[in-house]
Amino acid sequence: MSKLDFKELGLRVGLEIHVQLDTSRKLFCKCPTKLVEERSKFNIERGLRPAKSETGEVDPAAMLEWRRERVFIYEAPPESSCLVEIDEEPPHQLDEDSLTVAIAIAKALNMRVVDEIHVMRKIVVDGSNVSGFQRTALIALNGFIMEGEKKIGIQTLCLEEDAARKISEEGNKVFYRVDRLGIPLVEIATAPDINDPEEAMRVALKLGQLVRLTGYAKRGLGTIRQDLNVSIRDGAKVEIKGVQHLYLIPKVVELEALRQQRLLEIRNELLRRNVKPEDLKEEIVDVTEVFENTSSKIIRKSIATPGNGVFAVVLKKFKGLLGKEVQPGRRFGTELADYARVWGGVGGIFHTDELPNYGITAEEVRNLYEKLGANPGEDAIVIVADQREKCVKALKAVVDRARQAVIGVPEETRSANPDGTSKYTRPRPGAARMYPETDIPLVYVTPDLVEKAMKIVPEPPDAKLKRFVEEHKLSVELATTLIRDLRLDLYEKLTAKYGGSVQPSIIASILVNIIPSLRKENVPIENVTDELIEEIVDMLSRGEISKEAIPDLMKQALLNPEKKLKELVKELGITRLDVNELDRIIEEVVERHREKLLARKEKAFAIAMSETMKIVRGRIDGAIVAENVKKKLREKLNIGSDDEYSRQ
Amino acid sequence: MEIYHGYTGFVAFKLKEANAEPGDVIRVENPNGESFTGVLMPKQLLYSDKPVIVLKLSNGYNIGVKIDPNTRVLLVSKKRELPRTIGSQPLPKKPFVSILATGGTIASKVDYVTGAVTPLIDPHELLEWAPELGDVGFLNVREVMKKFSEDITPSDWEKLSLEVYREITSGAEGVVVAHGTDMMSYSAAALAFSIIGKPVPIVFVGSQRSSDRPSSDSFFNLYSAVLTAFKASFAESVIVMHGDSSDSYAVVLRGVKARKMHTSRRDAFQPVNDKPIAIVYPYSREIRIVGRVFEKRDPGREASLRNKFDDKVAIVKAYPGLQEEIINFLVDKKFSGIVIEGSGLGHVPNSLIDSLKRAVENEIPVVITSQCLFGRVNLNVYSTGRRLLEAGVIPASDMLPETAYVKLSWILGSVTKNLSEVRELMLTNIAGEINERHTLELFPRWSHE
Repeated sequence: MSKLDFKELGLRVGLEIHVQLDTSRKLFCKCPTKLVEERSKFNIERGLRPAKSETGEVDPAAMLEWRRERVFIYEAPPESSCLVEIDEEPPHQLDEDSLTVAIAIAKALNMRVVDEIHVMRKIVVDGSNVSGFQRTALIALNGFIMEGEKKIGIQTLCLEEDAARKISEEGNKVFYRVDRLGIPLVEIATAPDINDPEEAMRVALKLGQLVRLTGYAKRGLGTIRQDLNVSIRDGAKVEIKGVQHLYLIPKVVELEALRQQRLLEIRNELLRRNVKPEDLKEEIVDVTEVFENTSSKIIRKSIATPGNGVFAVVLKKFKGLLGKEVQPGRRFGTELADYARVWGGVGGIFHTDELPNYGITAEEVRNLYEKLGANPGEDAIVIVADQREKCVKALKAVVDRARQAVIGVPEETRSANPDGTSKYTRPRPGAARMYPETDIPLVYVTPDLVEKAMKIVPEPPDAKLKRFVEEHKLSVELATTLIRDLRLDLYEKLTAKYGGSVQPSIIASILVNIIPSLRKENVPIENVTDELIEEIVDMLSRGEISKEAIPDLMKQALLNPEKKLKELVKELGITRLDVNELDRIIEEVVERHREKLLARKEKAFAIAMSETMKIVRGRIDGAIVAENVKKKLREKLNIGSDDEYSRQ
Repeated sequence: MEIYHGYTGFVAFKLKEANAEPGDVIRVENPNGESFTGVLMPKQLLYSDKPVIVLKLSNGYNIGVKIDPNTRVLLVSKKRELPRTIGSQPLPKKPFVSILATGGTIASKVDYVTGAVTPLIDPHELLEWAPELGDVGFLNVREVMKKFSEDITPSDWEKLSLEVYREITSGAEGVVVAHGTDMMSYSAAALAFSIIGKPVPIVFVGSQRSSDRPSSDSFFNLYSAVLTAFKASFAESVIVMHGDSSDSYAVVLRGVKARKMHTSRRDAFQPVNDKPIAIVYPYSREIRIVGRVFEKRDPGREASLRNKFDDKVAIVKAYPGLQEEIINFLVDKKFSGIVIEGSGLGHVPNSLIDSLKRAVENEIPVVITSQCLFGRVNLNVYSTGRRLLEAGVIPASDMLPETAYVKLSWILGSVTKNLSEVRELMLTNIAGEINERHTLELFPRWSHE
């Protein structure tokens, strides 16, 4: 793929960063904020209906979920949920600790904190919120952060409850566990001021870090989530959810820009062909007879089920466009298939741009065109094999999507795939889905509350850099890298705790040098936990291991997560030597090689050092070994002066 | 103090000066240069002392913005007036069920601009909200009062009884009463007595989660209630609510035997000393009888209305240290009847016996129930009980204290004030309020581990 010129494209990106807070209780009840891994025996089964707005409008996203007529089954583990999570008790008052953290972050982002906080209900009927809405409150607005010389606007900061976790899906049943429901989340939304994919990642990192530096952010997989709003000039605002890793952000942005560009090319081609939205008719035809003796396994299997059939619709003058790639491995036809899956619940579609193929013959394609009275030179045909009702819904959605192609890029909510591409999930929710949470009293922001928050406002990065260099004696290079590291808050915690006995530079080096170097060795560094790092630093501080042993120890710990660190230290033989033991080893080395050392005096240190290190490597600091080797050579063999060694 | 949509003081003045009403878009410009634009929201009165204006921003969020006397409040645009379709439909010739709204949240909808909840009384609106209701049959919806259930009084039962009676006599297949849940069992008990010889069921229904939320139980309950009103084989005053925390089935409970046993759960209503009459599966439209039926549906039966309730009846709970002054006060104030929630089998402190005797001597019936709720009172087991019987109290078998209260109020209002007749009627099973047989499974047990 050739590099896109994002400036030329008019790329605009806004971020929404969600970070879970590590508070002692949930946002609206007194349950602990921990997850439970066992399946629970307490199950509640519910349905949800979209609530209609005053104007009679129902949010399109909400309606889509309802049409699926899904049943939600909620597992409610008593260890981390109560009646509030399963919507059987009104919410308690907003957790003040969470609010304090939110205000502190808002202050660090130069935002205006509102004077009175109103908790709102945001309608979400995919079942992930048992109540059918997410409780959310706008805490602050109109802020900014600096990314280099550039000012990035921060539009809003909200405090909201996290949703339930989806466990599985079977048919129309969706299983959720409500342990996660209610964990406080800080949501920070930037203005669409970002114009470059890499910049998006840098801003996301900075915002995530800022929350973590309050000391109240949860760590680990799934505790930070980022949504992207991406558009290009003449394109549309598309929301991409579920970008799991920071490093995936640039790719997702780039591929969305590409997708919108390709969709605009398709639109231009349709305009050139003089296609109008109304040319695309919802005329869905039963074409089962064309495929009566088909050799396509998929179709044969499908129509063997009573009540199933093959249905087709013509997309007039679309020939060739369905095969056009919009993202790597995804064609415009794939976009149509997404709509068919979401709205019709079918497995997929076939379209004539990819036929004959998949066992469908050229003759069947000819018959298809003939039966539908379509022009094989101009028109495309989409077919689906499934139950009649599902096929009709699916093909109507296909026609709807094709009509939008004539207009341009539709506004959508999409979900990110692991390779950076994305797929359609639902229309963008409207503004009709927010109304006040009348069960919760509003919160007046008092000076006391602000004062409390000011105490945990994170230190600005520049001040931090200065402090690391001056007080922690880190090199400017190390400090700069550290400030960009996700575990910056862990560094602060560990230096505060162990700074007296372990050099801050060693702690910094574990985070920004050792862990990345292990990644290059394909060690599973996703297993690195804060606890592991702290345990290693703790052992260092007790002199149980030497800093030389860290890379090896960490590698083994990650490869053998079932083993205790202390066991590994023993197995690897890297228990730190005490000086007496070292002395004994050096003496043995010197005795063993006495002849050689005396014969080659000028190389004596190098030889003795290398022989000793073979035995003690990783168990004691090399500088200490060198010092003791020199001493021993002098004592036992009367070899060397400092001058002599310095030439080595 | 003048209050303008919940705002007071200079805030109210500035809003009025700008001709700004809730729903209008306004701009607030503070002297420090910041400004906020949004839809003006009414203020909750509880918080109106703070100089804060509540705005709904274009992203849907509400925020409160502090203003001072130098703040400028500007009207940006007036709200769009929405056409309201209020009108009543002529009664159809086909079978119909009447839905009477009394002001609970069950049949109400949210105003998305102000967040206020307003009743949903128009049948079109109701069907728009819950189109499936139309599948069951024709509905005749009207609002008969607008009260929180905690504000209901015995005189409201008179009015409600009359309205329900009118629907019955105009040919309804059943009457659904949408009611707040807090005092619903009292009203359901009242209607059990006030309309004698019911040809069709009277179905009380409420919701524990307001109908403005997608997870509301109101649709499920209302659908089950309408189904019961149309199809049930019995003709009693019943309550239909969730039978479980899940959306799986609803229970039909005899009003005189039902009690709200949880402040917030969907399945808060439970039968006491009784089983549910029936279980309703709304998705399969099935009604399964599981308990005893006291009165069968009989559209030919002629109902009669006896809807007077005496509002000078009191409930007194026995507690350690209860003083006889309380009883003496009720006698002195010429109360017409007293219901005691006794301890255990129906006891009250011995120190009260003289005051109760005095009440009876003044022709004031004293009815004994138990605060245990489950089980039957029995005043023959202990000497205190026997002394109470000597004093002339009326042991109310296994009746709930609330039911005994409603029944006594009804007897005194609609039937008789003669003490021996009151005694006889209190001990007569009029509407299934007494269950003579308590079998082992009637007592619920909690999970003990």
